[in-house]
Amino acid sequence: MAMLALEKISKTFNPGTVNEKKALSGLSLSLEEGDFVTIVGSNGAGKSTLFNAVAGDFYVDEGFVTLDGQDITYLPAHKRSRQIGRLFQDPMRGTAPHMTIEENLALAAGSGGWFSPMSRGDRARFRERLALLDMGLEDRMRQPVGLLSGGQRQALTLLMATMVPPKLLLLDEHTAALDPATADKVLALTREIVEGGHITCLMITHNMHQALEMGNRTLMMDAGRIVLDVGGEERAGMGVEDLLARFKAGAGRALDNDRILLSEE
Amino acid sequence: MTIVQTALEAGFLYAPIALALFLSFSILNIADMTTDGAFVLGCAVSAVCCVAGHPILAIPAAMLAAAAAGFVTAFLQTRLGVPSILAGIVTNIGLYSINLMVMGTSNLSLFQVGSIYTLARDAGFAGSWYELAVTALLVLVLCAVLVLFLRTRLGLSIRATGDNADMVRASSINPTFTVTVGLCLANAMTGLSGAMVAQYNTFADVNSGTGMVVLALAALVIGETLIGKGSMVRRVAGVLAGSIIYRFIYAAALRANVPADYMKLVSAVIVGVAIAAPAIRRWVLFQIHKFRTRAARTRGGNM
Repeated sequence: MAMLALEKISKTFNPGTVNEKKALSGLSLSLEEGDFVTIVGSNGAGKSTLFNAVAGDFYVDEGFVTLDGQDITYLPAHKRSRQIGRLFQDPMRGTAPHMTIEENLALAAGSGGWFSPMSRGDRARFRERLALLDMGLEDRMRQPVGLLSGGQRQALTLLMATMVPPKLLLLDEHTAALDPATADKVLALTREIVEGGHITCLMITHNMHQALEMGNRTLMMDAGRIVLDVGGEERAGMGVEDLLARFKAGAGRALDNDRILLSEE
Repeated sequence: MTIVQTALEAGFLYAPIALALFLSFSILNIADMTTDGAFVLGCAVSAVCCVAGHPILAIPAAMLAAAAAGFVTAFLQTRLGVPSILAGIVTNIGLYSINLMVMGTSNLSLFQVGSIYTLARDAGFAGSWYELAVTALLVLVLCAVLVLFLRTRLGLSIRATGDNADMVRASSINPTFTVTVGLCLANAMTGLSGAMVAQYNTFADVNSGTGMVVLALAALVIGETLIGKGSMVRRVAGVLAGSIIYRFIYAAALRANVPADYMKLVSAVIVGVAIAAPAIRRWVLFQIHKFRTRAARTRGGNM
């Protein structure tokens, strides 16, 4: 059975006004357990909207969302987040800046009852997990997260999102706001955690090489639809040029994304 | 001596309101205007319980009633989409009538009615300092409970709600729930203050809550400015200290024959100036910088 199944989901924003925009139109997608799927697409193709629909930021107008056999179409966002981890492009969104590293981790771990304080065991576990990041954060557990750099905050968010292994991890250009060296490091961590933990993952990127190089399957989106879906051996032999050609064939026009990276960076 | 005792007593009596605003305003980032009405509701419930002969039961009863008022505000703002300040104002106005209903009159005297203070006095607790001792004991217990609570998972969730609601949602916690719990707790603390004040003053008056939110905000701001931020223990201690310092200022002003009614203006100025301080400081520093660079350029041009 599929881990995530989207059946013909549609979403129109501002219906009946001049700003009406059909952001998702009858999109279907099925992800197997352990799939690591990269997503590329033009500006306004609906990539982030797709993530918002899956995470529950809004309810879809039509269609159904199923996660691991459970219909979550009308489940509110905070309940979905028990099973869906998520990272945004903005490293500030995933952590509470005025709380300490260990307090952020304690919230993400979500263990114990409402009135249980952080135990020594929790701290030891957090320290162990933080050491995996190799950023020295394990020695700064009582410092507020606001003191960390963007890359450190994003790495921490990744750790928090996967603390309790989620059924699905959504990565929305989570390295795009970081400097190249830090981005590489966070990407390596992502690969380690996702592939090591066999976590089903969707990753939006604007880097075409990354899209082909990471994961086992690549989707291209345009105008709220999936126009290309490649995986396996077909994908293994593809270069960026092939991908762009296939996009043109699928979407009927060339890919236009002012931030797209065609070269290796 | 009496001025010190009076100021300390008042400082502790009103400290729970400052702690309430610490929770709602500093931590949850919500300006909770329920405070004035919740304070009087605490007074009213406490007074009615005392008249019925239950001065000890009066304390939790008043806290529970005030928590219910906080729940109404929270419900209006989280479930019904009323803007948070308006939600508090609406509840506050409604509470005026509720408070009259609870007391059955606009001013309820507790003269010659047993209170937690007369109980302590009759038991010979802490000699002539019994009023301060009883109040301080209750407030210190409250501070300890608050600090411990803010370390629990629920406490952390409430703190995170004011810091980054997205992150709370991502941790599978409903911000609606944390805001509701936070406002109920904050108002329960305000109710505790009202309960103590009514028994201390031996009367409850339906108009005694006017401006209470600003007075408490002044105490909170003094505490945060002087003691600063840091660990939760330090911040809570700072709020308590702020409440006591404010009452010393108040007592000193009364000593200097400033009419009591003018103290509201003094409080308003303290709050206004303290909250505006960072902006004023930035403006002054910028003007100095501008003046200096211009002066340096003029000097350079003359050479």
